[in-house]
Amino acid sequence: MKSKIAMLLTVLICFLLQCTLISRISVGSIKPNLLITLCVSMGLMRGRKGGLWAGFFSGILVDLFYGSVFGFYAFVYMYTGYLCGYAHRAFYDDDLKVPMALSAVADLAYNLAVYGLQFLLRGRLSLSVYLMRIILPEMFYTVGLTFLVYRPLRAINYRFMGTPWKESDSIWVVK
Amino acid sequence: MKKNRPQFRINIKSRHLLGLMSVICISAMVSVLAAGVSTQPLQEIAGRVIVPFEKAIGRMSDVLTAIQERMQEKEALLLEIEELRAELDSLTTQNNKLIQDQEELTRLRTLFDLNEEYDNYPKVAAQIISKDPGNWYDTFMINKGSADGIRVNNNVIAGRGLVGIVTDVGTNWASVRSIIDDSSSVSAMTVTSQDNFVVHGDLELIDEGKLRFEQLYDLEGVVTAGERVVTSNISENYVQGLFIGYINQVKQDSNNLTKTGTIVTPIDFSHLKDVLVITVNKQDSME
Repeated sequence: MKSKIAMLLTVLICFLLQCTLISRISVGSIKPNLLITLCVSMGLMRGRKGGLWAGFFSGILVDLFYGSVFGFYAFVYMYTGYLCGYAHRAFYDDDLKVPMALSAVADLAYNLAVYGLQFLLRGRLSLSVYLMRIILPEMFYTVGLTFLVYRPLRAINYRFMGTPWKESDSIWVVK
Repeated sequence: MKKNRPQFRINIKSRHLLGLMSVICISAMVSVLAAGVSTQPLQEIAGRVIVPFEKAIGRMSDVLTAIQERMQEKEALLLEIEELRAELDSLTTQNNKLIQDQEELTRLRTLFDLNEEYDNYPKVAAQIISKDPGNWYDTFMINKGSADGIRVNNNVIAGRGLVGIVTDVGTNWASVRSIIDDSSSVSAMTVTSQDNFVVHGDLELIDEGKLRFEQLYDLEGVVTAGERVVTSNISENYVQGLFIGYINQVKQDSNNLTKTGTIVTPIDFSHLKDVLVITVNKQDSME
């Protein structure tokens, strides 16, 4: 129960930061995506279910205030978190390189999904422009943000949420 | 024994959970899109939780910037005094010229008969408290809501022109889609020739501060660069005569009938902080 409340609060705080402070540090009107960082971190530290819930709740918040179709962002973020959860069993979560690489892939996939489902379908065909202007800059910026934010998130995870990690979960441990 | 367990736990495989949640998301999308189910109650609840924090963060950062500014102010002030003295001389001469311009302006305004209405709309001042979390769209949230008389489809302006339209409203917040948003379109007209056309936001032009327009039917070629563009009299959602921008480029379409081009907006959307919401809808004035 305590871990669920902590998770919800973390999502809420990240959403608030994303909408207020992160907009202020945007470079060239591109801001990093803290919610992707959160989904990746939760997926990596807590597995598929953890990533799924973190993604779902951050997506729902985005949908409520900024979405055009209710449920769209929840769907996209949920899958991002879930897929990152596959890394939980394959990697240790104390190496900073793993979440950074993951967040690059996740941010790229997330933005391509948004482009494909919301822009391509409206007849905006110039992917290369969007790729150079939005997707790639946001990706690099998000990786930088993950570098800064992952350790605090990890501390929050172990301090307030406990670990769901069981020995039997790991594929490296001989059973 | 399960009965003796202190905690009630549902054990569900993560891939089943994903399937379940996917179904929930998709059915939410379908019910909103196809059946038109309103998410207003959910938004209202979430707004009550989130918005006070956003307002507090906004206030905090205001205080911090104020302190920072005060530090810089002292040194800047001394420099400024000298600059101002020099400026004063040149301004006096400029002022004389401006007084003449002012007379010309009032004369032209009465000629267009548009800006008078502009001043007569009841307006509510609001502050932007948060922005769209992604980079794809250009929507933001303001700190006034239905408690201050703001409704869906209210037009939002800032000092010099049209900013956007209210899309969602809670008691103490409202979200606004700006006209440079990729999914926005505004029915517009030119001031002199009263030709109607549609102005779209375009993500590819945002950096240049431009909007795209199309369906301009102008066989004589009266519409040229520099022409003033305002919201049209036939627009459903925008009240008439709000200033949008100046025409930047005009290009003939391949059908030889209509023209497309770009419009420059006078508003700096990335540094926008205060806006005015017009609390009259176009529908009200039609009734």
